[in-house]
Amino acid sequence: MKDIKIEVNDLSLYYGEKKALKDISMIIPSNKVTALIGPSGCGKSTFLRCINRMNDLIPNVTITGQMLVEGVDIYDKNVDVVNIRKKIGMVFQKSNPFPKSIYENVAYGPRINGIKDKKQLDEIVETSLRQAAIWDELKDRLDDSAMGLSGGQQQRLCIGRTLAVSPDIILMDEPASALDPISTSKIEELIHELKEQYTIIIVTHNMQQAARTSDYTAFFYLGELIEMDKTKSIFTKPSKKQTEDYITGRFG
Amino acid sequence: MDSNIPKKNAFTKESLKKQFRLSEFLAEKIISSVAFLSIAIIVLIFVFVFKESLPIFNFGEKEAPKTEIGVNSDSKPESYRAAPMEDLKPESYGTEPIEELKPETYGAEPITQEDLKPETYGDVQAESTVASSEQSPALGPENNEGADKTWSTFLTTEWVPVSEHPRFGLIALLIGTLKVTVIAMLIAGPLAILAALYTSCFASKRAKEIIKPIIEMLAAFPSVVIGFFALIVLASFFQNIFGYDSRLNAFVGGVAMALAAIPIIYTISEDALSAIPKTYTEASLALGASKWQTAFFVTLPAATPGIFAALLLGVGRVFGETMIALMATGNAALLSANPFESVRTFAATIGAEMAETVFGETHYSVLFFIGSLLFIFSFVLNAVAEFYVKGRLIKKFQGK
Ligand SMILES: Nc1ncnc2c1ncn2[C@@H]1O[C@H](COP(=O)(O)OP(=O)(O)OP(=O)(O)O)[C@@H](O)[C@H]1O
Ligand SMILES: [Mg+2]
Repeated sequence: MKDIKIEVNDLSLYYGEKKALKDISMIIPSNKVTALIGPSGCGKSTFLRCINRMNDLIPNVTITGQMLVEGVDIYDKNVDVVNIRKKIGMVFQKSNPFPKSIYENVAYGPRINGIKDKKQLDEIVETSLRQAAIWDELKDRLDDSAMGLSGGQQQRLCIGRTLAVSPDIILMDEPASALDPISTSKIEELIHELKEQYTIIIVTHNMQQAARTSDYTAFFYLGELIEMDKTKSIFTKPSKKQTEDYITGRFG
Repeated sequence: MDSNIPKKNAFTKESLKKQFRLSEFLAEKIISSVAFLSIAIIVLIFVFVFKESLPIFNFGEKEAPKTEIGVNSDSKPESYRAAPMEDLKPESYGTEPIEELKPETYGAEPITQEDLKPETYGDVQAESTVASSEQSPALGPENNEGADKTWSTFLTTEWVPVSEHPRFGLIALLIGTLKVTVIAMLIAGPLAILAALYTSCFASKRAKEIIKPIIEMLAAFPSVVIGFFALIVLASFFQNIFGYDSRLNAFVGGVAMALAAIPIIYTISEDALSAIPKTYTEASLALGASKWQTAFFVTLPAATPGIFAALLLGVGRVFGETMIALMATGNAALLSANPFESVRTFAATIGAEMAETVFGETHYSVLFFIGSLLFIFSFVLNAVAEFYVKGRLIKKFQGK
């Protein structure tokens, strides 16, 4: 773990009175894929949404502790949440393209960042969609509504949309959970290629997927981080009994 | 194994045969007949309104029998219920009562029109008097049923329904109605939509729970109260600001109607905006868009069909609004581009004059014709809203 991208210190999160994350401390390395696994309801999504402050949208959420991204505490009062989110992109579990054309979906991010030049936008759209491995499928129908795409195409479009604002970190919340094996493997390949340039954190319920795609794996259980290690060691010789039980399918 | 056999039997033709379910059948029939009935009622209302306006369309046909009796005996038994007609005729027809009515009911207007004519309509006036005087000798001054004459005056600008040579120029009324509608929508549209955007995208839940019912309560405000308010308060207020001459005018009427239209536009656009899935907002925010950017570039465009419908309903409300128009617009059928001149709207014309017309007379028919126009307009408006909204929605949410 040479380059530290994110450092989490004693992070706790409360939904009202309920403590959903309990004193999480972890380090997420740069340009690697980190997988978050754990049984349903253990706080993986909650943790992921802490990283780009999406939990700000939910009323009555209290967060304590530190979340340092490249050494900057993103919950500091002087930090602009909009700038945080520009640096930290997010792909949601359920694909959610805007009800606009394919082109507009991708161009939206750069546009709100002030890019107006049509040529430049065209370029960004093409490179983002190429990176998302969907350019060839969509290049002839950029003006069609994004709502007419298949689920897998929509999800890859959403990934392309996220890439278009060139973030540093990409958060993915079960990006392939609603997809068929072919789309899933496309997205996994994509993750593999993207990690050269981006730090990726992915939530998944699929153990094989975690094993295939990630370099590091963190196991959550009931709001606690049980252990985090290289994916290989987690899947071959986990140090905690709970981790082993979960991975081998004895619970969860 | 045995249990499998009846299961297999469950899929025989016998067991899948259509069953007659009485309650469902009845419910279906009741619902469909109620639906049919309400459609029929609407159609009947339209037919009635339009039928009453029919006599003015009797070009040529009725030219020969020019006397009233002739016309009556020809057309009335067909088109109107005979009994009340017989009763009414002696009272209301004949020249004297009309002569008597004029000073009472239109006391102010004939005078103002007389006064205004030379000033405002110098040229038009001259032409139309020439036109009407050309026609009137042929038809006779007493003959109010001159259908072709009525028809030909529709496209003039003068609304002088009660006179020896009645003229039913709808242009001034149309322009007046449009003027008030445009003014009202220019005020109500942006205000209502912005208010809706604010409540659905920015306001806290608490604030929303307070704001929404309050604005919606405005919708239940009797329009006579809004009209009264405009008449007493708004008119003087705006007169102090803009310093125009006629206290009641299109602008004051437009503002007052905006008050009536805002709640409608607000409620429907707010619903449309709130119905936009949260996932769009989240996606936009996660891309680093600010709240305002998200509201304006994602939520608002996604809700355009609903907002468009809201605006059309607002237009419908303003177009048909009678009481406010009567009280706040000044009711002078003037033709001018100045928003601070008095105007007279279609609806107000019907409201003001219907009680004073003579049953079956041309004026009466013309008012019903205006009613038909209003009906057709709101029908078209709703049809456009329906089809446009449906088309857009389908395109948006299902792809092409
Ligand atoms: N908006 C919310 N308000 C209150 N409690 C919430 C909210 N969102 C999540 N929780 C609670 O926080 C806990 C963690 O939820 P979270 O969504 O992070 O789980 P998860 O690990 O992502 O589960 P899954 O794998 O099913 O997505 C759960 O007990 C959940 O009920
Ligand atoms: Mg989750």
